[in-house]
Amino acid sequence: MGRGFHGARERLGVVALACCAWLSVGVTAAIAIALLQETILFFGQVSFSQFFLDTEWTPLFWDKHYGIWPLVCGTVITTTVSLAVAIPAGTIIALFLAEWAPRVVRMMVKPLLEILSGIPTIVFGYFAVSVVTPVLRAFFPSIPGFNALSAGIVMGIMMLPLVATLVEDALTVVPQSYREASYALGAGRFTTMIRVTLPAAAGGVTAAAILALSRALGETMIVTIAAGQQPRLSLNPLQAVETLTAFIAQVVMGDTPYGSIEHQAIFVVGSLLFLGTLTLNVASIWIRERFAMDR
Amino acid sequence: MKQKERVHLNGGEMLFRVAAALSFLLCIATLGAMAADLVVSGGGRIGWQFLTGVSSRLPDKAGVLPALAGTVWVTGVAMIVALPLGVGAAVYLEELCRRGRLSRILEIFISNLAGVPAILFGMVGLQIFVRWCGLGRTVIAGALTMALVVLPLIILVSREAIRAVPRDIREASLALGASKMQTIWYQVIPAALPGILTGAILGVCRIIGEAAPLLALGALTYLTKTPTGLNSPFTTLPIQIFNWISRPQIGFHRNAAAAIIVLLFLLFLLNVTAIIIRARSQSSR
Repeated sequence: MGRGFHGARERLGVVALACCAWLSVGVTAAIAIALLQETILFFGQVSFSQFFLDTEWTPLFWDKHYGIWPLVCGTVITTTVSLAVAIPAGTIIALFLAEWAPRVVRMMVKPLLEILSGIPTIVFGYFAVSVVTPVLRAFFPSIPGFNALSAGIVMGIMMLPLVATLVEDALTVVPQSYREASYALGAGRFTTMIRVTLPAAAGGVTAAAILALSRALGETMIVTIAAGQQPRLSLNPLQAVETLTAFIAQVVMGDTPYGSIEHQAIFVVGSLLFLGTLTLNVASIWIRERFAMDR
Repeated sequence: MKQKERVHLNGGEMLFRVAAALSFLLCIATLGAMAADLVVSGGGRIGWQFLTGVSSRLPDKAGVLPALAGTVWVTGVAMIVALPLGVGAAVYLEELCRRGRLSRILEIFISNLAGVPAILFGMVGLQIFVRWCGLGRTVIAGALTMALVVLPLIILVSREAIRAVPRDIREASLALGASKMQTIWYQVIPAALPGILTGAILGVCRIIGEAAPLLALGALTYLTKTPTGLNSPFTTLPIQIFNWISRPQIGFHRNAAAAIIVLLFLLFLLNVTAIIIRARSQSSR
């Protein structure tokens, strides 16, 4: 031990601080245990084939079906739409800010992104229903009031600052010598940006995309408010859908009794979300580290 | 040949500029349309009656006082719990823990916790605090759940603040005979305080805007009283907004817009405070 560690008080302080740090491990374990416990109870009553092979998800109805795919479809649609908005727009904004924009423009655009990233998701949910869906009606007159497209677009706008910031960070750590070498070979600013800087930051862009995907999977309020609550096995974004998270929200808002199969079902869905986001987060950390090591 | 290449590049450049302009337009249009819609729908509802009113079946009589008070309660208690724990973890990771496999594991767990969907915290809070600890759907259960949600963020910003404290300060303190803990308590933490406070305000903003975990916890939405203690039932602004959005009557949608204005105004005030703290600490250096 170092020379600073004398006396019981000193050691007590260190132990207390260590406990604070290890709390994160404890919380993660508690989440896993709480989810797993109810998941096991659920699969005591519903078989795996009912869960993975059925095409309907109706645990709240009298005729119960537990096929998970309709919820997965809902999540896939809204997530895909949101990534289709956030990743291209976020990457282009990042490229523009890091490689192109004069200082004045940067100073004006950065606060804009900060404001956007500070808006709570509940406000985006309201925005989806009250502004985006009516606008979409102009293009798709038959679109229902609650639909996956509107929720997905708004989720994409919500994640745009996240993607832009992460990609910009990745671009700024690309060594200046790469760009200078490219200029020396006669390449222009645009060619350098697309052919040299962006590929060199590919790891950061991938990590940003994965993190955005993980965020989109777990986003709850926007899809609960704006996407409708109808689980269906289809990939059409012009319909009302129900995502994994929206199902959880729907059940916890109702008065399903504790210990009922409906209640256990949300923990199964929660376990899926937990596993999905955990895998993506670890992948994102891994990619970013690999990328940093290449430097 | 050379001429052709140039023309091609300019085409790409033009495309890039148009795409960038469109992306910015998307951001600006979103903010503009959001602000316009909120003011048009909810601006008329803002007033003393709305701010001091309680839940009501009549949209014109309903107000946000219980939700506002609930937000203050939950946020305050959650921060009292999360701030010491978060700063403690940050101090341990930056000052005491040796860099190695163990600190790597801790870091991975913390960043994973930051990525866990908020609604899962709510479900786990429901299971652990409401059921296992028997706290019920009260302020304290909501606050503890929110403390877990905000903990990774506080650890992250506190670590950055502690890392920014110059080495000289630690070395001078140790050279004068202070122990490791004394150095942390009397030198490192005070020097890192502005950064930690800015981070704490970020944490408060996160809690104030977050709805999903408390939705899962079953925060009541029809309240005629403000919370009086840790064991009171409660609701918060985002939950109240969600409740109003879900109702069919247009009057409640106006209330939702007005409550969103209140929420955004609160967040604005907090951000201004954070900016002032940052500016003052930089000028005093």
